[in-house]
Amino acid sequence: MGGAAWLRSGFAVAVSQPRLLGEAKIRVGAPSRMKEMSYREALHDALVEEMRRDSSVFIMGEDIGKHGGTFKVTEGLIEEFGPLRVLETPISESGFVGAAVGAAMMGMRPVVEIMFADFITISMDQIVNNAAKMRYIYDGDMAVPMVLRAPQGAGVRMGVHHSQSFEAWFAHVPGLKVVIPSTPADAKGLLKSAIRDDDPVIFLEHKLLYSVKGPVPEGEHLVPIGKADVKREGTDVTVVATSLMVHRALAAADRLQKEGISVEVVDPRSLQPLDEETLVASAAKTGRVVVVHEAPGPYGAGAEIATVIGKSAFGYLDMPIERVTAPFVPVPFSPPLEDFVIPGEDQIVAAVRRTLGLAA
Amino acid sequence: MGLNDDDLVKMYRWMALTRRFDQRVCELQHQRGIPELQHASIGQEAIGVGACYGLRPDDVILPSLRTRAAFLVKGISPERQMAAMYGKATGAGRGKETSHHMGDRQLGVVAGSGVVGGSIPVGVGVALAFKLQGKDSVCLTFFGDGATNRGDFHEALNLAAVYDLPAIFICENNLYALSMPISRHLRVENIASRAAAYGMPGVTVDGNDVIAVHEAVQDAIARARAGKGPTLVECKTYRWRGHSERDVKQVYRTSEEVERFKALCPIKRLRDLLVSRGTVKPELLDGIDAEVAEAVERAIEFAESSPYPSPEEALNNVYAR
Repeated sequence: MGGAAWLRSGFAVAVSQPRLLGEAKIRVGAPSRMKEMSYREALHDALVEEMRRDSSVFIMGEDIGKHGGTFKVTEGLIEEFGPLRVLETPISESGFVGAAVGAAMMGMRPVVEIMFADFITISMDQIVNNAAKMRYIYDGDMAVPMVLRAPQGAGVRMGVHHSQSFEAWFAHVPGLKVVIPSTPADAKGLLKSAIRDDDPVIFLEHKLLYSVKGPVPEGEHLVPIGKADVKREGTDVTVVATSLMVHRALAAADRLQKEGISVEVVDPRSLQPLDEETLVASAAKTGRVVVVHEAPGPYGAGAEIATVIGKSAFGYLDMPIERVTAPFVPVPFSPPLEDFVIPGEDQIVAAVRRTLGLAA
Repeated sequence: MGLNDDDLVKMYRWMALTRRFDQRVCELQHQRGIPELQHASIGQEAIGVGACYGLRPDDVILPSLRTRAAFLVKGISPERQMAAMYGKATGAGRGKETSHHMGDRQLGVVAGSGVVGGSIPVGVGVALAFKLQGKDSVCLTFFGDGATNRGDFHEALNLAAVYDLPAIFICENNLYALSMPISRHLRVENIASRAAAYGMPGVTVDGNDVIAVHEAVQDAIARARAGKGPTLVECKTYRWRGHSERDVKQVYRTSEEVERFKALCPIKRLRDLLVSRGTVKPELLDGIDAEVAEAVERAIEFAESSPYPSPEEALNNVYAR
């Protein structure tokens, strides 16, 4: 079963996975020794390394102890760090996210796991009105160095309350940082950076990415927050994509390459702050832009990206900016319904062809 | 911790200062208007004073909307508080937030949320940090009767109990949540009885008896420092003025009721106690009244003569980097 078909099937099974990055060139920092690992393992390693490095780092969440977390990211941590630094919580998202704010204000570095991003809604007041604003209220004489990590996304047949993508909500709140890694290397590097960051960081994972494997630099590997990554260089069209959609964009790019269309895939990695420079430079180079994200289109992250590019690269654009997103509906459960709403490789290919003025 | 006359006189001064501050701000609000809308704590002074008197510098408080006294006792000066009400650069936070929600890192004051009840989990987090750091410091979180109906109250108290945290929850039950009387917004006689739902002790005290408040909170602090976990302390009191200085008519209650509760004034009760014991002369207390009146006038002058922050400061300090 080829990579693209596997992705559309929506099952994340822990058997050997195809290398979904195709022939994309992966840009990494100085270290040249790489280790192949899954996104899940990369997150796990980031947590272990940061907890060993800094005793103020601790994790909180439901079932993160012996159970290892619903998506098994925290497996083994309680055995090494004990039940205070791996603090299991009752079902009280508002309470324990607020507690993370208070603990962070007193010098700790909590990393809160929310089981499904959909449940972050319970704690929105604590995030928006406390975490995001404390530093401002103290006019700078305070910090809230917490990380809130959660899996987003559809494709697992879990219905309307377990499949959403909320990055645009958080990116719209002054005081929050938002990162959304698509590869194991980015997941590890960004989680380490997020933990060391003195601002509250919303760290958005994807359920279907946990088993995806990729090369991760050995040794200390940090990815800066606020820096996009060109996952694939190209010259004809820029495709800006986030999270799982990066992989679908790369698959689409492989397919389009066979027709002689050269697609550049840019992964913002951070949505707040957004690396406008890299996005605009790519748009100026190619003159055509397709933005892809899994969240519904209206008021999504794509609206911001398109506006930023539209303003600063206006003179370079040959066509209006396209968006490929879910339709403006909740994510349904039944497999054919769910598959219909998640943006796929075909839609990305079609959008690229549209922006080149080609027939669909 | 036993209170001697010196302590009681100090507590009298704190209450008198709080009262005078709020009285003068209410006058100014109606005379010439000040930027912040005052939510007067007049009538409730004994709670903040009784609870915060004798705290250590490493203890932390998280005041409610209406705990002026707590900010004062913990060390934010009348000058800085008044300047904060005026939105001046010399106020705590340089005008970023109202004086209801001041924070001061060095003094151990955590800024409360403008969303009623939203602070309670944050206070639990402060106490959690103390436990993780192996400290015996405590965190006092204040809130009104209305806030106890929030889900955050439920979640926070439960967390404090299951983690055995040094968190003291102080409910300032003034019998009204804005216009809604307690008889219509909850079905329990005493809010302290809600503590049983979380497996923690709950105690109800006369919130206008500064000594009773102090003793109840000190007991809770001793438990917390000994690692025995959280306590809910309910202090029954009464708010003399409206919810805010816009709520002048107070259509939801009678003036007879207000007058009845004014007779239970916490300041008058302490004065009467001290004078009746004969060890403190009324002239001493009169002198304190005059002194705090002076202090408040100085605070007003300070606030009025202080500059505003420059408008561009609105863009500062959103992020650490």
